[in-house]
Amino acid sequence: MTVVVGYVPTPEGEAALTQAITEARKNNSTLVLINSSKGEAAVDTRFAPEGGIQDIERRLAGEGIQYLIKRPVRGHDAAAEVLDAAEEHKAELIVIGLRRRTPVGKLIMGSTSQRILLEADCPVLAVKAS
Amino acid sequence: MDVWSSLMDGFATALTPMNFLYAVIGVILGTAVGVLPGLGPAMTVALLLPVTYALEPTSAFIMFAGIYYGGMYGGSTTSILLNTPGESSSVVTAIEGNKMAKAGRAAQALATAAIGSFVAGTIGTALLAVCAPIVVKFAVSLGAPSYFAIMVLALLAVTAVLGSSRLRGFASLGLGLAIGLVGMDSVTGQRRLTFGQPLLADGLDIVVVAVAIFAVGEALWVAAHLRRTPLHAIPVGQPWMGKSDWKRSWKPWLRGTAFGFPFGALPAGGAEIPTFLSYVTEKRLSKHPEEFGKGAIEGVAGPEAANNAAAAGTLTPMLALGLPTNATAAVMLAAFTSYGIQPGPQLFESQGPLVWALIASLFIGNLLLLIINLPLAPLWAKLLQLPRPYLYAGILFFATLGAYSVNLQAFDLVILLILGALGFMMRRFGLPVLPLILGVILGPRIEGQLRKTLQLSAGDPAGLFSEPIAVGIYVIIAVILLWPFAFRLIRRNTPVAPPAGGAAALAMDADDAVHSNHNAVYSNHKEQQ
Repeated sequence: MTVVVGYVPTPEGEAALTQAITEARKNNSTLVLINSSKGEAAVDTRFAPEGGIQDIERRLAGEGIQYLIKRPVRGHDAAAEVLDAAEEHKAELIVIGLRRRTPVGKLIMGSTSQRILLEADCPVLAVKAS
Repeated sequence: MDVWSSLMDGFATALTPMNFLYAVIGVILGTAVGVLPGLGPAMTVALLLPVTYALEPTSAFIMFAGIYYGGMYGGSTTSILLNTPGESSSVVTAIEGNKMAKAGRAAQALATAAIGSFVAGTIGTALLAVCAPIVVKFAVSLGAPSYFAIMVLALLAVTAVLGSSRLRGFASLGLGLAIGLVGMDSVTGQRRLTFGQPLLADGLDIVVVAVAIFAVGEALWVAAHLRRTPLHAIPVGQPWMGKSDWKRSWKPWLRGTAFGFPFGALPAGGAEIPTFLSYVTEKRLSKHPEEFGKGAIEGVAGPEAANNAAAAGTLTPMLALGLPTNATAAVMLAAFTSYGIQPGPQLFESQGPLVWALIASLFIGNLLLLIINLPLAPLWAKLLQLPRPYLYAGILFFATLGAYSVNLQAFDLVILLILGALGFMMRRFGLPVLPLILGVILGPRIEGQLRKTLQLSAGDPAGLFSEPIAVGIYVIIAVILLWPFAFRLIRRNTPVAPPAGGAAALAMDADDAVHSNHNAVYSNHKEQQ
């Protein structure tokens, strides 16, 4: 069984990762970390830099759990990538970070969390930044 | 004294509220397209060519000049923060600039680039104001044979000296000349390359050609590989420089200017060669050679000054002779033509107020650019987060609108798509775009001079050599064309060629998006050693 976590290099993303580690350890499952980008802009701040990913890798290795880091860039949005991974790895749980959004922001940009919450086939654990 | 008073008149025109507004729009647009890799001033001016139907010529050229200078400023921001040159002229800036940024000195790198660009741009524009009238004085005495020779030199130099492959360069030039030939023969009225299509009888509109090649071609090319792993911009605060940075920057600025202006003014000059020469010089003269390769401020200051001085230099032959030496100047020249203004040495005479307002606006634009670039650099870097699909959808929309608005003919849209596909194929197969656009724009004018020459000599080809200057230029052309063969011979005879420095290799690595001049840079580097 696996725990899928949608990671972005923000406080919300960090909170989700921390929670996912706890969950994975509790059930002795594999942690699948997804950090994706559509790859359409020259710069994407939500796509973690190489150095950040290496830090996470070290941290996960230190936690002594099985893990898999995926960084897909194929034009799908983050929600689709997380749902894809959940299906592929038969996830028992998806962990995501929530952040405050204005109604207008949600209207224009849509909400990744909302899509994951509504479309996932497994329980979704949503955490906020501490 | 005459120059001074004309220039002051120019300032009076350029500072009227409307013209000032266009200068502001120009520099903002220019910086934006300079920051975005893949977009450049040439494409932007091409997209804006249709506005020439609505705007006063002076306002339009003030805006175009702002875009041209702005592109040079904006390119450096991307080079420094992203290690991807926003423009071909800031390829060299990326070498040291990005290292500086990685070492936490992005603010100083951006500051020296912006202030250096300002210093060089201002000196360069002053040189332009002084030199252009002198060149004009000399040029009005030239006859058709000399003009023909000068234009042939410009075309061949751009084709043979710049670009990685001469064969591709000449293929591109041939395409351009062929497109320029379409339409009615100006002397006999014979139809050429019209394929019986009456709509082609007037020739292809330069607006449609430029928009297709620059905008549609580039948009298709980007669409073909839309998704790339995102890069990481190095976060930066307000650019500033310490006392030691000033001390280390001012000499490279001046030396960069000295390299940039003359190279920009030469046909086939462009900004790439002087930026590289400046880099190499600074590396040799630096008191901190150990810092080179790890982020030396001299390596940013010099090349950035050089590219702005080159931009000013490019305008000298453009305004004084009607001879563009890079893509943006070529498209600006097309704008002159679409206003029915005859470019050439008569320009200062017939359009004096316009030309001087343009030069004055360059001074103003430079100052504006310094003001909007120094405090706002972090903001400009945010532009890089724009998703490409939105950006290029917008470009395609304006391209189509622009092409249609020229003649209000659906037929032009067909031409736009065909030539856009051509532009895409050229990028796919590594053909440089510059020779094509120069061929389209200069082709008909070269033909005109050739016809005039031959009419004067009653069809005798000897007429081409009837002026001493023409003969001198043909000698230069021969040298340019034969130089690589001679170079190869020399190299064969001296077995141990010194390897070019790591910098050259870096410059080549950094430069994949923009068609630049690996070989030219490479050989120049060798010459220096």
